[in-house]
Amino acid sequence: MHFTLRIWRQSGPQAAGRLERYEIDDINPDMSILEMLDLLNEQLTRDGVEPVAFDNDCREGICGTCGLVIDGVAHGKKHLATTCELRMRGFVDGTTITIEPWRAQAFSVVKDLVVDRSPFDRIIAAGGYVSANVGSAPDANEILIPKVDADLAMDAAVCIGCAACVAACPNASASLFTAAKIAQFSYLPQGQTERERRVVRMVEQMDAEGFGDCSNHGECEAVCPKGISITNIGVMRREYVRALTGQLR
Amino acid sequence: MSLDQPNTALDPRCPSGPLAERWTKHLSEIKLVAPANKRKHTIIVVGTGLAGGSAAATLAELGYNVINLCIQDSPRRAHSVAAQGGINAAKNYQNDGDSVWRLFYDTIKGGDFRSRESNVHRLAEVSTEIIDQCVAQGVPFAREYGGTLANRSFGGVQVSRTFYARGQTGQQLLLGCYSGLMRQVDAGRVTLLPRREMLELVLVDGKARGIVARNLITGELERYAGDAVLLATGGYATAYYLSTMAVNSNASAVWRCYKKGAFFGNPSLTQIHPTAVPQLGDYQSKLTLMSESLRNDGRVWVPMQPGDKRRPNDIPEAERDYYLERIYPSFGNLVPRDIASRQALYRVREGKGVGPTGVAVYLDFKEAIGRLGRQVVTDRYGNLFQMYEEIIGDDPYETPMMIYPAPHYTMGGLWVDYNLMSTIPGLHVLGEANFSDHGANRLGASALMQGLADGYFVAPNTVGHYIASVDLPKVGTDHPAFAAAEREVNARVTKLLSIQGNRTVREFWWDIGRVMWDQVGMSRSEAGLKEAIDTIQGLKARFWEDVRVPGSADDFNKSLELAGRVADFFELGELMARDALARRESCGGHFREECQTPEGEALRDDANFAHVAAWEYRGDDTEPARHIEPLDFEFVELKTRSYK
Repeated sequence: MHFTLRIWRQSGPQAAGRLERYEIDDINPDMSILEMLDLLNEQLTRDGVEPVAFDNDCREGICGTCGLVIDGVAHGKKHLATTCELRMRGFVDGTTITIEPWRAQAFSVVKDLVVDRSPFDRIIAAGGYVSANVGSAPDANEILIPKVDADLAMDAAVCIGCAACVAACPNASASLFTAAKIAQFSYLPQGQTERERRVVRMVEQMDAEGFGDCSNHGECEAVCPKGISITNIGVMRREYVRALTGQLR
Repeated sequence: MSLDQPNTALDPRCPSGPLAERWTKHLSEIKLVAPANKRKHTIIVVGTGLAGGSAAATLAELGYNVINLCIQDSPRRAHSVAAQGGINAAKNYQNDGDSVWRLFYDTIKGGDFRSRESNVHRLAEVSTEIIDQCVAQGVPFAREYGGTLANRSFGGVQVSRTFYARGQTGQQLLLGCYSGLMRQVDAGRVTLLPRREMLELVLVDGKARGIVARNLITGELERYAGDAVLLATGGYATAYYLSTMAVNSNASAVWRCYKKGAFFGNPSLTQIHPTAVPQLGDYQSKLTLMSESLRNDGRVWVPMQPGDKRRPNDIPEAERDYYLERIYPSFGNLVPRDIASRQALYRVREGKGVGPTGVAVYLDFKEAIGRLGRQVVTDRYGNLFQMYEEIIGDDPYETPMMIYPAPHYTMGGLWVDYNLMSTIPGLHVLGEANFSDHGANRLGASALMQGLADGYFVAPNTVGHYIASVDLPKVGTDHPAFAAAEREVNARVTKLLSIQGNRTVREFWWDIGRVMWDQVGMSRSEAGLKEAIDTIQGLKARFWEDVRVPGSADDFNKSLELAGRVADFFELGELMARDALARRESCGGHFREECQTPEGEALRDDANFAHVAAWEYRGDDTEPARHIEPLDFEFVELKTRSYK
């Protein structure tokens, strides 16, 4: 297969960026899109051009490191897949593919397609945990959790923190990411004592980082590689209002 | 021997007395650091996976100052995240006869009697506390309708002791660990430094007192000083190029420490996992694991006739060889990983391999779908089936999966004593980065257990013991040892960038990977290993003359990162081959063709090799020295593993 690639190049956070055009040949349809970029970088290195910087690690859709906007869609057009899971057989031979980084006010570009997602870590640090020191845990089966609740918690907990939800949102909101963690703990008996503090601090941190608000576009759910539902955002809002009005006590 | 002297005699420092009382006894005897004094001590933890993240969080809970670095952009992305199947614990919630002793025994036996009894028993003991801790953190393990925790049976054992969270157990455990870590970051007790790569260990008076790391965004070299250094940097199967590890997994941190005097334990002992998606072409950058849990319901087979090119569904039952069920009737498809992998290799060598390349075997769910119904199979394995279909483009509900072994885990690693301290005082090594606990073969669902055991329960106690036992005068980053270490790193980086040869780093990585897989992989011979050593030395020489690393040192430069790692793979790969050559026996994942029974099973040599081989670096132009830690089996009888 042959492709024309238009790739965002930017040497650093303050530098101006631009889309550069590259031609690439001999692409095997079973290749992943990141393997194609590996080959492009081999080609660029041999040609004396600096390779394209992009983040990636596990290459099996679980670490959340990779993330590219491909032809305008975060993680590309394939449903329920991360960038690294996209195979070239899903693209039309001979076409042009446009590749850009996640764009959001809260994420600065580090270089080319690499962005700084540390705001996500700070949102978790604000309350995305149960305060349980090692050594103080009761026997695991003393905490009984109905299977339905455990499954609901797991549905939210599968978030990989890739930030596609932010990249897809017209407001660059981190609501789906933040809500998934808040919802996970709202379904579980553990950590109930900090439920109020958790939601208030996490929402405040999300705002402080410069993410926009949610206005129910639903783009986040549409691109989420793990299929996390927008209903979690409803849960977060309910938790937040109840925390502010003292109804969680 | 005193804790502030290099432990070159390889004293394992195990407690004595009844096995089941050793850890408790040790805990009651080791020295403590007073609560008010803990905050005066800084501990550097490298890595944020299950071992590093849990150690950093727990040490901070205790009151120490912790500096925690990782190469990823967030601690949540460490490769523990990719573990699928589960975590073992001797809870006996299923009332099926499990116990701490059984988990201990299964782990020792599964490791083919090449691990330390005291360490493994401790691992089995703390396994139950790990589950308690993870549940307390809110890890959403699978549950029964009554609300209790669910268990399943997992590779190579006859009890159901594996706890799991769908096919994403590693992810959920890591996120639990990460949440605890971020809580300590928020409390100001952990300084978190992502996108940093440790490139040198700093020794002062022979003790590990700091590190030099490269800031991967700016390229700046940064110095960190502390009273102890904890390495939790994972495994090095990326030396094979293709493996199930993350593409950034590497050996550089442990390799720097090896070259600074830490002995390397059993470097050749590598686990080749039996169920990965087979390689399709040369462009491939990694092999994707299909969880071992699939073998609970899937049946492994090949056509009886070599060269049978019919589609799998066109091959009648009578012409299929369900070879694991045939050879190992009592364990069947659930034999340990090393055995399942080797049998797949034999079938391929017999010409019975399947798929377009002939280098794969089938894993068939037709019987399971008939017995359980499609919905149950979807509940258990849906995400794995989906992953497989993405990669291969075939539907495993209709057509049997193709699988083939892939490098997956490295049992070898830096040698550590019972306190997880390397031969260098103060340098502790946790999780996959150390050599301990799994012997010559790791049982399924035991890696997560070991990472968390080391980080939550072992190191937080033993590191305190070290700090309380030795004299640690204040050392700042202005100490000359830091400047010297930084010069070494600079020289190396400058050299890599100055060569500007004709071949890319990836081309060299492909080359060494091919040698390692062909000659230091599933099946090893004297001639092949000797040839591998020669080839690797040649590749290394060529690398340092002809590699082309683009970009500069003071920038975000992925090519430079990779070049440093690949440079280390040449040296490590050679040591792996040397270790495999010296271990003239077959044990666990290490199979020497010269050492096998007439049926092709591994032939151990307990008289000569019931020991850990620990290698000492003696200079780039001198052969490393092989030292031995004898393994004393006081409580278990060494037996030939039989899964028939």
